[in-house]
Amino acid sequence: MRKWKRVDTAAGVRLRAALEPHEVQLLSNLVGSLCEMLDERESSSPRDELTEITGMKVGHSQAPDDDTMRRLLPDFHRDEQADESLNGALRSLHEPVIIDAKRQAAQRLLDTLPRGGGKFELTEEDGHAWAGAVNDVRLALGTMLDVGPDGPEQLSDDDPMSGHLEVYHWLTYLQEYLVLSLMDA
Amino acid sequence: MVLASPTARTSPATDEEQAVETVDQHDSPWVTIVWDDPVNLMSYVTYVFQKLFGYSETHATHLMMQVHTEGKAVVSAGSRESMEVDVTKLHAAGLWATLQQDR
Repeated sequence: MRKWKRVDTAAGVRLRAALEPHEVQLLSNLVGSLCEMLDERESSSPRDELTEITGMKVGHSQAPDDDTMRRLLPDFHRDEQADESLNGALRSLHEPVIIDAKRQAAQRLLDTLPRGGGKFELTEEDGHAWAGAVNDVRLALGTMLDVGPDGPEQLSDDDPMSGHLEVYHWLTYLQEYLVLSLMDA
Repeated sequence: MVLASPTARTSPATDEEQAVETVDQHDSPWVTIVWDDPVNLMSYVTYVFQKLFGYSETHATHLMMQVHTEGKAVVSAGSRESMEVDVTKLHAAGLWATLQQDR
């Protein structure tokens, strides 16, 4: 991974970096898994005739069962007098939009990855999509690693999760420098 | 789009929806709150506030620091409808956000 470099070209701002072949493969696998998780969530959502006629998607009214998806698709409302009907209504209305936005960002990352590795450049819009998609993968990994307020715990090399932790740190590095170059206007 | 009940989600303007709007006008406005999160980067949260809301870097940084030190911050206020839009965008970006009525 080479640090992101922001350059002004005649065609606009470009964000340049380089990735090793195995890094491209890793990103492709991780973001591909994210898309599968989002697809699975969407395909299990309720269908009704009105949806078919109007084309308006209706999402789940229940929060996902597993922690990872629940972090990617949190509740809209959080209150001591928790109003579950409000949460369900807001979720079924807006979750399809959120899933679409996440999937579009993920797809844009996959489409702009330098196949086989090497130097590449992104537009600002591509960079925005990358930042969002990498963030979603970090949220998923962070949930699996049970990252707390003081960051992830140190793991011994033989811990089965140590590989995930290394990937998490690498994604943090990638995202941090990408965001800094996006903000460096 | 104001949503009154799950059954109203596929039908345009029902009596129920209008009833909710009337209540909204007399009650306090709604707010969008962003909660602290151990995974999201401080730089990314600042960037998202700038990009989604058009806030200056100074204002966005101030809100991000409030989330970081106080555990949460109100990032926007307005009708319930517009807060639903803001929370949707924040969730799409991966931030942990909720909406509630400002009491």
